[in-house]
Amino acid sequence: MADEALTSMPKLGRPPREKRDKPGPLDYMRRWPLQVIVGATLVFLYLPLITLMVFSFNDSRRNVVWQGFTTDWYVKAFNNDSLLQAFINSLTIAFFCTIISVILGALAAVMLWRFRFPGKTAVEGSMALPIVVPEICLGVAMLVFFARVMPWPTGLPWPLNLGAITIAHVSFAFPFVATVVRARLASFNREMEEAAKDLGASEWRTFWDVLVPHMQPGLIAGALLAFTLSLDDFVITFFTAGPDTITFPVKVYSMLRFSVTPEVNAASTVLIVVTVILTAIGLQMQNNQSKEKKA
Amino acid sequence: MEQTWKQAKAAFAAIAAPPIAWLVLFFLVPMAVIWAYSFGENTGPITIDFTGTFANYARAVEPLYLQIFWKSLIVAGITTLLCLIIGFPVALAIAFASPRMKAWLLLLIMLPFWTNLLIRTFALIAVLRENGYVNFTLEWLWNNASGFMTLVGLQPLGEYEPLTLLYNNTAVIIGLVYVHLPFMVLPLYSALDRMDRSLMEASLDLGAGHLRTILLVVVPLAAPGIASGILITFIPALGAYLTPDLLGGTDSQMIANVIERQFKRANDWPFGAALSFLLMYLTFIAIAVQALVQRRSERRG
Repeated sequence: MADEALTSMPKLGRPPREKRDKPGPLDYMRRWPLQVIVGATLVFLYLPLITLMVFSFNDSRRNVVWQGFTTDWYVKAFNNDSLLQAFINSLTIAFFCTIISVILGALAAVMLWRFRFPGKTAVEGSMALPIVVPEICLGVAMLVFFARVMPWPTGLPWPLNLGAITIAHVSFAFPFVATVVRARLASFNREMEEAAKDLGASEWRTFWDVLVPHMQPGLIAGALLAFTLSLDDFVITFFTAGPDTITFPVKVYSMLRFSVTPEVNAASTVLIVVTVILTAIGLQMQNNQSKEKKA
Repeated sequence: MEQTWKQAKAAFAAIAAPPIAWLVLFFLVPMAVIWAYSFGENTGPITIDFTGTFANYARAVEPLYLQIFWKSLIVAGITTLLCLIIGFPVALAIAFASPRMKAWLLLLIMLPFWTNLLIRTFALIAVLRENGYVNFTLEWLWNNASGFMTLVGLQPLGEYEPLTLLYNNTAVIIGLVYVHLPFMVLPLYSALDRMDRSLMEASLDLGAGHLRTILLVVVPLAAPGIASGILITFIPALGAYLTPDLLGGTDSQMIANVIERQFKRANDWPFGAALSFLLMYLTFIAIAVQALVQRRSERRG
């Protein structure tokens, strides 16, 4: 499926520049109709985001015409306690969700990769369910679950009050991690594991010193995916969040309902920048990984 | 070779127990509860009896709700089609770009996928609303055109009327295409990238034009990628909640919005549960159809 395509990072290397000559028969990128389509698509994808970011510095409430540069909206956003709290909540949830998802996802991947056991197809199938089930269905299921089956105690100190949302996020994030890690495990030479065991390494030692290092790029990609999935999620959080456990998307949503102020632009810009930085770090780590392997 | 679990029982238990336990407790149990609720009845403000009734499903296939299901299918279908039409040339261009260009283009396509969905929708609102940038640009063009017409001695065009681009079905489709385009481009790209290029070269050498080569050689070869691109665009578009909620008007509700209303304002959980399971069955049917198409194309190929 496409999970592989979504998570495998492109490698931004610098191969030697080719000579500029007539486009070859298959150089579609050097033909103008396709250049126009690609250009228009990129404009379509980026224009809204770039205008949003630019106008977060605009010195006007009405937000349409450029009135001059200001950072007032950032100051306002940072002084907005509930917005800041929502932002911290989102990052905290994403952090815990990532840790739990990576552990569970890696274990699930190793289980499905290494063992044959009765009911494996059923386990594999149900592991894929959270990926395909519509968000809204999972959201209402979590709402009912935390309302009737396992009520999350109210009034817990921070960050324990975020437990319900974190659990809901892990439930849909860890199968993604499992898929990514399993794709990585496919390239593992099982004889390495046997060799380690023959040389006297224990089960645990083999896992930790042989299997985990091989899984590492998958684990990093999975962690990045889990973090952004959690940070991005609105629908499922919307159904599990209580009045004192607002996340950033839920807060922005309720702000949008009242009025669109450049404050939201400013807060969104901060989140976009955080995501871009994280993606850049992830790419860098993967690039280093592949360089090490080549060396 | 895979090991049987009996060869290393302790290791198997340690590895398998945490993910399976989590999946059962925090995914399958909540789903099962919803499934049970869909056969229940509201007997009080917060009490629901499991009576085994099919009344909720009967209500869900009444014309009013059937129409919403139908509409959601149409909207998701149009979205998928538009994504395919835009995404295919983009994926083709990326697959045949120089290695360096390819990496950057892939990153550019992927980056919005990592950006928050709500923020992207919000950014789109700012562009599309009546005093947004699209109308702003159009007004500027209109006034200039109007000025030009008076200059050459024609009637001016009159006052510019802003287009209503938001809060209607078109806005929902634009929003869904905007959000789901990367989902379509990436699987298409990976299929096109793996393709055997000598077949294309052969077709071009033998005198077929580019369009003909693409339609008769590339599309059949990339069919599995196209099928999975269609699937992973269609499924989230069908269950979309946020886009119709924020960009749609009163008549552009999709199933997810109706489900949300049952669980929040209308407080009719059994009916909402039945609707969510119907949506889930639709999703499974889409997956099954895709698997079938895939298998058939593999057998042929």
